[in-house]
Amino acid sequence: MSVSGQVIEALLPAGGRARRGSWRQSHPPTLVAFAVLVVLLALIPLFFVVGYTVDMGWAQLREMVWRPRVGELLVNTTRLTVGCVLASAVIGTGAAWLVERTTLPGKRLWHVLLTAPLAVPAFVNSFGWVSITPKVEGFGGALLIVTLSYYPLVYLPVTASLRGLDPALEETAQSLGLGPWRAFARVVLPQLRPALLGGGLLVGLHLLAEFGALQMLRYPTFTTAIYDQYRSTFSGPAATALAGVLVICCVILLTVELRLRGKQRYARVGRGTARALRPRPLGRLTAPSLLAVLAVVVLAIGVPMGSLVHWLVVGTSTTFPVGDLLVTGGTSVGLAAAAALLTTVLALPVAWLAVRHRSAVTTGLERSTYFGNALPGIVVALALVTVSLKFFSPVYQTVWLLVAAYAIVSLPRAMVSVKAALVQAPPLLEDVAHSLGRGPLETFRRVTVPLIAPGLGVSAALVFLAVVTELTATLLLAPIGTRTLATQFWSNSSSVAYGAAAPYAALMVLISMPATLVLTHATSRRSSAS
Amino acid sequence: MRARRPAALLAVSLSVALGLAACGGSSSGDPGPGDSGKAELTLYNAQHEDLMQLMVNGFEKKTGISVQMRNGDDFEMANQLVQEGDKTPADVFVTENSPAMTLVASKGGFSTVDKGTLGNVPSTFVPSDHRWVGFAGRSTVLAWNTQQLKAADLPTSILDLAQPKWKGKVGFSPSGADFQAIVSAVLKQEGAAKTEAWLKGLKTNGKIYDGNSTVMKAVNSGEIQVGVIYHYYWFKDQAESGANSNHVQLKYFGHQDPGAFFSISGAGVLKASKHQQEAQEFVAYLTSPAGQKILAESAAMEYPLNPKVAPNPKLKPINELDAPTIDPSTLNGPKVVELMQQAGLL
Repeated sequence: MSVSGQVIEALLPAGGRARRGSWRQSHPPTLVAFAVLVVLLALIPLFFVVGYTVDMGWAQLREMVWRPRVGELLVNTTRLTVGCVLASAVIGTGAAWLVERTTLPGKRLWHVLLTAPLAVPAFVNSFGWVSITPKVEGFGGALLIVTLSYYPLVYLPVTASLRGLDPALEETAQSLGLGPWRAFARVVLPQLRPALLGGGLLVGLHLLAEFGALQMLRYPTFTTAIYDQYRSTFSGPAATALAGVLVICCVILLTVELRLRGKQRYARVGRGTARALRPRPLGRLTAPSLLAVLAVVVLAIGVPMGSLVHWLVVGTSTTFPVGDLLVTGGTSVGLAAAAALLTTVLALPVAWLAVRHRSAVTTGLERSTYFGNALPGIVVALALVTVSLKFFSPVYQTVWLLVAAYAIVSLPRAMVSVKAALVQAPPLLEDVAHSLGRGPLETFRRVTVPLIAPGLGVSAALVFLAVVTELTATLLLAPIGTRTLATQFWSNSSSVAYGAAAPYAALMVLISMPATLVLTHATSRRSSAS
Repeated sequence: MRARRPAALLAVSLSVALGLAACGGSSSGDPGPGDSGKAELTLYNAQHEDLMQLMVNGFEKKTGISVQMRNGDDFEMANQLVQEGDKTPADVFVTENSPAMTLVASKGGFSTVDKGTLGNVPSTFVPSDHRWVGFAGRSTVLAWNTQQLKAADLPTSILDLAQPKWKGKVGFSPSGADFQAIVSAVLKQEGAAKTEAWLKGLKTNGKIYDGNSTVMKAVNSGEIQVGVIYHYYWFKDQAESGANSNHVQLKYFGHQDPGAFFSISGAGVLKASKHQQEAQEFVAYLTSPAGQKILAESAAMEYPLNPKVAPNPKLKPINELDAPTIDPSTLNGPKVVELMQQAGLL
């Protein structure tokens, strides 16, 4: 160490050393190194956008951003995102509360049905609605359809939180004189905050990048406009400028969520034995409640499924190429499963740092993994084309690059699920294991993993569902000759052979069902565990 | 116990997933020269996949050269090719419309097409720089709702659609390559000022849809009265179930109106291809009578361009279309995109 270093060392108060020691402790180097690698991967699309924007120079950038069309798109994107996040929060929380906390008949069935829309890709949902009535085009229809597609992302975590929540909290509040509504607002709602915000964030990010569904509904947003730009010319300054604005929208979403989340801790060690919950009797409200839940389910699954069946029956181009269906189905399942595993593994260290070693640095690392999901697939794919050919050309158009692309796009889904699980797993248990002489790896394996296993399952299932429907990155990056259900659906529906497209969409829904069941199962289990 | 099960499940799915993924990867292989002595071509295909598969099958049978297809959209693939540059694994690029070909050509991506191949189609379907060649064509048409309109009500030129009387009654699909090729034709024939005014009129009057089939569907349902599309969407839907086209008739503008624009699908050999000769053979096949016959007899309902092959008899004969003559390589300069951006269409 240099002399000046020693001087500084000596001058520092004792606290300085201690803090330095704690920096190492709170940022375990191996974990941080791993997390940085994950973040670098996740940020490739952002680098691509920023790189092109810098190349462009201010004058051209201003010209591209400062035009009426961009204002139009900003209004459209903002009101759809805000509207859908709010609507999803209301529907998701309302449905979760009805299923978890009341005497609603047939709860188990409703739980499965309310999760099921996750198995229906948003563009298939859109396709189903549009083929019934053109009235769903424009803002109202877009809001309706994306909300129906995405509300389960709020419903699931809120259900899980409600199950994990000791009803005694609510009862205590009521015994202290709060009415049922105020008890819900002041005691239950704050406890639901991480679930609601995490779900809302996912909904918001998905909306920023949603393309297929909105394009079909004739509702232009930044993402549809970016596609239009790419489809009309070379990547060009306009597309990059729009993507830049999208990045800023994403930063705003991430910051808002962080602010609202606050710094509370939610894990409890002494859970005690929660008294079996006495469901709130619905009484006269039973019929309207049933009707409301039924309406959501019919609109969200009934309509798209009905439309698919219609095309299976009516279209003369409908055939069931069994061999092809099996091969493409198998490829979709294989790719999605590989991506689900990889993404969950990648999310773990970053989520761990963000939850267990919270600091500005770790939070920054965690937030950096969300951009891939907010940028359109075409931007992510082209970024990977450029970067992989420049630095890792042997992986170009191999399964490895494709799975990496999937991971970039779906990291947020994994991150939110893994983080939620870690937050609820009390660190004290790990400390106890340490104190009993277990090393960090063994503690992780024997204490942490069992505690967060359901969360890992949720993460894998959510990623699986996203990957099964992924189209753009698959078209550009898959090994040549690879066909997935999504690419076959696209190929047929763009040749107006709806009948031929329908079996692929139906199979897509079918192979998504197990993942959806994993999700319903994971949320049901939590109650028996607590 | 409860924790074990997901762990086991994860382990099983991991092995299955990687097994499947590895299979997918190994089957791809490198398109390098195989031991059989025959090269394997890599085709970036933006034409309708079912049509191109038929033509590829014909080529493989005839020459014994195998062709691997990567499918996508015109501009997605063109952008990808530009990003790949000289590292591209592609040997041949095939599109639905010419502007994507022009983009790749403008970045120096193509070799010159063999002379013999160029002679297979009339010179109007070859760009002046000979970097690619047309092999299939589609005519711009006006789809109109037969319940709301009579033939006499229809406009005589595509430019009339910007008139106030069509406000809220006309649909089109400005994204994607199809419409831009049409705007390019208007620009070429009418000049920038008129094109800009026309686009602004369309933006005011028109409803914007994604894709030609959705435009036609909206005309069929009466949501709009007329829509600008390509002819074959109507013929294909009639063959499918007619559900989206039974209340629709097509008007061909003719009279060399920009609305009678005849857009061509192009094929070109990439400069970076290591199989120049085989790639040229493939492009030659696409335009040869044998390849064109496959096109004419398929369900694609597009026009073959080789005069030796007659199109599907249901189609209006190509010489009755009276389309404007335009050098395809002059289509869709950056000017078109700029005009469309100014009009707020992009």
